Amino acid sequence: MSGLGYRIAIAREFVAASIRAQMQYRASTVLMSIGHLLTTGLEFVAIWALFDRFGHIEGWTIAEVAVLYGLANVSFAFAEAFGRGFSTFGALVKSGDFDRVLLRPLGTALQVGVSEVQLLRVGRGLQGAVVFGWGMMALPVAWDATRFGFCVLALVAAFCIFLGIFVLQATLAFWTVESLEIFATITYGGVETTQFPLPIYDRWLRWLFIAVVPLACATYFPALVLLDRADPLGAPAWVPWCAPAVGPAFLVVALRVWNLGVLHYRSTGS
Amino acid sequence: MSAYVAVFSARFRGLLQYRAAALAGLVTQVFWGMVRVAIFTAFLRASAAASPMPLHEVVTYLWLTQAFLLLLPWKPDPEIEQLVRSGQVAVELVRPIDLYWHWYARAVAQKTAPALLRCLPMIPLAVLLFGMRMPTDVGAALAFLLSIVAAVALSAAIVTLISISLLFTTSAKGVQLLAGAVVNLFSGALVPLALLPDTWSALVHALPFRGVMDTPFRLWLGDTQGWPVLVAHQLGWTLAFAFLGWVLVRRAVRRMEVHGG
Repeated sequence: MSGLGYRIAIAREFVAASIRAQMQYRASTVLMSIGHLLTTGLEFVAIWALFDRFGHIEGWTIAEVAVLYGLANVSFAFAEAFGRGFSTFGALVKSGDFDRVLLRPLGTALQVGVSEVQLLRVGRGLQGAVVFGWGMMALPVAWDATRFGFCVLALVAAFCIFLGIFVLQATLAFWTVESLEIFATITYGGVETTQFPLPIYDRWLRWLFIAVVPLACATYFPALVLLDRADPLGAPAWVPWCAPAVGPAFLVVALRVWNLGVLHYRSTGS
Repeated sequence: MSAYVAVFSARFRGLLQYRAAALAGLVTQVFWGMVRVAIFTAFLRASAAASPMPLHEVVTYLWLTQAFLLLLPWKPDPEIEQLVRSGQVAVELVRPIDLYWHWYARAVAQKTAPALLRCLPMIPLAVLLFGMRMPTDVGAALAFLLSIVAAVALSAAIVTLISISLLFTTSAKGVQLLAGAVVNLFSGALVPLALLPDTWSALVHALPFRGVMDTPFRLWLGDTQGWPVLVAHQLGWTLAFAFLGWVLVRRAVRRMEVHGG
């Protein structure tokens, strides 16, 4: 009953149902995706405007920052799509509907995660992919199997990190049912942070993004590998190669914390 | 008139209750303020000569955007959204006050209370710890105060218009998303408007959105030359949005179909 195959099958059912539901309103979903693409696209226009004026940031050109931006936005789009259940989790606790989740013979995190998969996030993903592709074409980078494989691993790792942040935020709802603005700002601020090279931040912020919330492992270290750059802060050459391992580890820790939260859960009773 | 003042003060006091949320919002916005200051400082380090504003002005501007972020007209009034969806909006029509000004008064409260809760602690904090500067002379401070009031009036007019658009279509999420992005870019919330490409300046100056942030912020920084024109630009757009909303609300009420139940 509780084997991995069973869980994957159930998750696939959930995801398919969610997608079918959204495709009932095909025009609306397509328009929302386009709206999302343009919205996130305008953010890149703002970044472009800054490069137009200043030329570079800490020695990074716009093409190189486009690689950071692409990694951040493609992985975040997936995290947003699959983490939707977590980012609206406060409402589930507030209404007492989490009780029903607990009654079902399946892990709570899995159920919440796949309860709603937002198709419109395709907009951000596409936009990020285009920016990434443009950046890579503008740079003299030779693609081979190693680089391609590493790129995929880096995207998966960054997805895990962003999803882990969504899970940790949702876990807070076990302690405070108030829907706090803090939730949204942490993730969206996190994306903005990862769009720029790490050395621009102060020492304590750098360590925060390496050791506490490993956002640096989501884009900066993988980009060093993809762009053949050495870390100006003197990290040994093997460090960036290991960065993708941090992603899944962070997600596992986040899920452990989530389970602690579930133990702490007390129904609102309404 | 007193009815609208009552609507405003009831909503205002209601919004002041969310103090825990305001504190959490303050902490996170201070943190991201530091991140944003780091990003812009690095850009200016690349080429300070390319910037029409010195670093300390950019830093002050960024902290002002953090302090007044909640002034931005992104979304309709959430309670009106609920009313329209449930059909309860019919009750709003029964009230013996003008629907437009009723909703406008709510919007003014919705823009002022959260912004006050945010900016009152944040500005002293940023001045003491993070290199933000206060206006250098009394004239600039007074012009800023006048202009920030006009910014509230303008933002509330845009919010009311977005709320009214719900009467024509209940799901305008895609349009809303896009409108939010345009407001972000052209108000100065993402990048100080002076740092955008110089070729854009005619467009940026004509659009209404700079009136929500950039105009009062420039006055704070002491750029008070021609301030009456700047405030007139804000108020002119406010009147235009208010008139459009007032006309639309009348048309909407005539053709409104209320869901039963």
